[in-house]
Amino acid sequence: MLHHILLQTPIPRDLPLPLPLPHSVLVVLLVVSFLLHILFVNLMVGGSILTLWSQIKGLRKPEYDTLAHEIAETITVNKSLAVVLGVAPLLSINTLYTVYFYSANALTGIFWIAIIPLVTVAFLLTYAHKYSWKVLGSNKALHISIMGLAVLIFLFIPLIFLVNINLMLFPEKWNTITGFAEALTLPNVFPRYLHFLLASLGTTGLFICWYFGRKTYHFEEHFQELTRYEIRKKAYSLTFGASAAQFLIGPVVLLTLPTKGMSWHLLLTIGTGAVVAIPALYLIWKEITGKPESLGKNFWKITALLLTTVTFMGSGRHLYRAVALEPHQKLMAAKTANFQKEVKKATEEALLNPPKQTSVADAGEAVFQSKCSACHAAEVKVVGPPIKEMVAIYKGNPKGLHDWILKPGKKRPDYPQMPALGLSEQEIQDVAKFILKQ
Amino acid sequence: MDFPIFHLDFMGDRLLIAIIAVLHVLINHGLAVGFIPLVTWIEYIGFNKGGQNTVTHTEWDTLAHRLMTVAFIITTTIGAMTGVGIWLSSSLVNPASIGSLIRVFYGAWFVEWLVFVTEVVLILIYYLSWKKSLVSVEAKAKHIRLGTALSIFSWITMSIIVSILGFMMDSGSWAENKTFVAGFSNPIYLPQLAFRTPLAALMAGALALLLARIFTSKNSEIRIESGRKIALWMLVAVPFTLIGATVYYLRIPHLMIGNLPVAIGTMEFQSWYDLLVKFIIGAISTVIIIAGLVYFRPNLKIPSAFYVLPVLGMLAFAGIFERIREFIRKPYVIGNYMYSNTLRKDDYPLYKRDGLLAHATYSPVKEVTPENRLIAGEQVFLLACSRCHTTHGINSVVEKFEDMYSLKPNESLNKDLMKNYISHIENARYFMPPFPGNEAELEALVAYIQHLQSTGLPPEPLETSLNSK
Repeated sequence: MLHHILLQTPIPRDLPLPLPLPHSVLVVLLVVSFLLHILFVNLMVGGSILTLWSQIKGLRKPEYDTLAHEIAETITVNKSLAVVLGVAPLLSINTLYTVYFYSANALTGIFWIAIIPLVTVAFLLTYAHKYSWKVLGSNKALHISIMGLAVLIFLFIPLIFLVNINLMLFPEKWNTITGFAEALTLPNVFPRYLHFLLASLGTTGLFICWYFGRKTYHFEEHFQELTRYEIRKKAYSLTFGASAAQFLIGPVVLLTLPTKGMSWHLLLTIGTGAVVAIPALYLIWKEITGKPESLGKNFWKITALLLTTVTFMGSGRHLYRAVALEPHQKLMAAKTANFQKEVKKATEEALLNPPKQTSVADAGEAVFQSKCSACHAAEVKVVGPPIKEMVAIYKGNPKGLHDWILKPGKKRPDYPQMPALGLSEQEIQDVAKFILKQ
Repeated sequence: MDFPIFHLDFMGDRLLIAIIAVLHVLINHGLAVGFIPLVTWIEYIGFNKGGQNTVTHTEWDTLAHRLMTVAFIITTTIGAMTGVGIWLSSSLVNPASIGSLIRVFYGAWFVEWLVFVTEVVLILIYYLSWKKSLVSVEAKAKHIRLGTALSIFSWITMSIIVSILGFMMDSGSWAENKTFVAGFSNPIYLPQLAFRTPLAALMAGALALLLARIFTSKNSEIRIESGRKIALWMLVAVPFTLIGATVYYLRIPHLMIGNLPVAIGTMEFQSWYDLLVKFIIGAISTVIIIAGLVYFRPNLKIPSAFYVLPVLGMLAFAGIFERIREFIRKPYVIGNYMYSNTLRKDDYPLYKRDGLLAHATYSPVKEVTPENRLIAGEQVFLLACSRCHTTHGINSVVEKFEDMYSLKPNESLNKDLMKNYISHIENARYFMPPFPGNEAELEALVAYIQHLQSTGLPPEPLETSLNSK
């Protein structure tokens, strides 16, 4: 029986405050701002992986060290944008999915808050790495390790976010999940993580292809052996490879999702996104196998196509969530409404039957019971001295007692200080009279 | 009630938020809001001092750039992440409260976000284009305008968030009419903004004075000159800080006492309040003395260590100020709407009628029985006390009672006294919310605290205790 209760899906109540904007507006804001955020997160993670790779390669071919430096310059910008652009989706998901998001956060608590120190350290490491290029020029092992550590952290953080985003979809697990490690083992976490890593590499490839292709970028000032074409082709190839691999990992992500959020609408959306990616891949293939001078000709076409794919995938992601949580949201709304009804009833009842304190005839005694009795009794010390002692001190000096109650303090070394109580003049007089009568 | 409970039983949950938040405020005020206009000003001085054929005075420009390097690295790492950290930690410790704040202030926060994005983009351009700005007079002039724009945006960011902080202390007429405007224009908003603005300038001045000392070489003209300019900046900020502090100081009693007469704050509050006055006087005098000497006696040899004093003074001042702000809003987390235990004031009658556990989504027990009493007590503790108190850690509930009853070692807590105290707690300690549960839950809570005191251990989990029966 007990197990049965524990295993039941918890149905919490929502906050009894209305949404600040129409639901659909919030959904659009959430999806769009999230895609913007994740774009820069991809560039930050992908950029740091490529920097590390390029710098290690640079141990043999020095120009790759220069390439690493050039990519590293972009990380510190992209990471700042990734953080600041993360605020809007965080705000929106907190508003739309208050109970779901916060419950997942609480269940993975220590890891959730560890995001802050970990990311701070990773950011500081990227600065340390960027600004120590010359100083540590003769100590490459240390210099590369700094970036290596930053990359490790950058690879771990997305896992924390993913676990939260995944766990919020499963209220039925909230009663049994005991922490991050357990939430990590829910199906779908690792396929999605792989999906994210491939997206990071693919996006960064496209970004680097653009970055080194800009007319304002004076390539020859930095590189003598490496050519613009070579780097751009490599970057394009990375995007091609990573995107092609998504065609393998994508279905795995979809198949490991629990069926509760599946819908034809979702499959259609994701399918359309995948279909749009095919011409993009075809164009990249043509460019990397074609003539050097025509590389980049279709860059904006490819980018537009892939952005369309990403938009469809992002929308599909939201569709799954909406369908998966709908039944639970209905139950929660009903429970919230019912709770508010009960609150109203209980408030009215409490007004009709005020607590029985009418047995006290004396006004001073009533004040004493509600305001003083927590700390004072008749015969014995509780927190402060008993009434007996008060009478002994203030017998024949009602003004003294009055003044002390008005502005109390600390008189006895072995007793705690008495706080002021905020009684009205009438109440003080009544209670002082009551005390001295005892 | 509606969220799984996250509880750090050693350090206490509020300390987690406090550490992150205070760090954020210090960086925001000292290295962004107050600091960037100062850096821009120093850059401008260099620009003006530049000769006929030069873009700028190199030494001044280098100093401005170095100061900005410190601000850039710290604000875009620790500063940015502690800002997010306030959200993440609040969502762990107090989800109902941060969730409610977001629903009320979504618009303000969204605008805040837009300003914030602009601010980050500007700071990236401002700092990273420094080298390029040295190419021509026009480029430098443009760069300085950029610094000015950045200064304005950092201030706007702060001025929006201050409204939300004010709202938590006194929700004004919002509790009745629940409109955004009522919440945003809460009564403490402007006094707090009037105080924080010059405070930020002063903190930034103290930091810049120390940093400029480090970045310039001994006996150089720039050391003396830049020291004098920064000292002037601080001396100008002092009277505004004092005026702002006074306005704010006079505003506080109206807030915290609510419907009680103004003359009687509690002793606890009074002691914080007195401490604040001491800190204000101490920090401001240190600033006046050091900045005054640097400004009026430029040739006096002051040891570098003394430059640390205004920084420490201002940090302590800002820290105690935030502590008081936290204290003032008790017993509420959102003024007159939600108590600091995260339970809504309006829901109390129902909890009193049915008991707290009956409505606690995640409690394994819904009703107190003789068998589950300790477990039930633990749940009541988690729901009603654990946002501020721990069992044996910081602000321990056991120690609070032991101290209050002045117990000697090995003396046990008295059940009836505790019961009576808790049921009148809001009268005895005005900063405590009233006990939300029913009679049986009060008994269970007291039994749990007694158990904690006598064994020092949490109660056995329910299943084992049921099995062993």
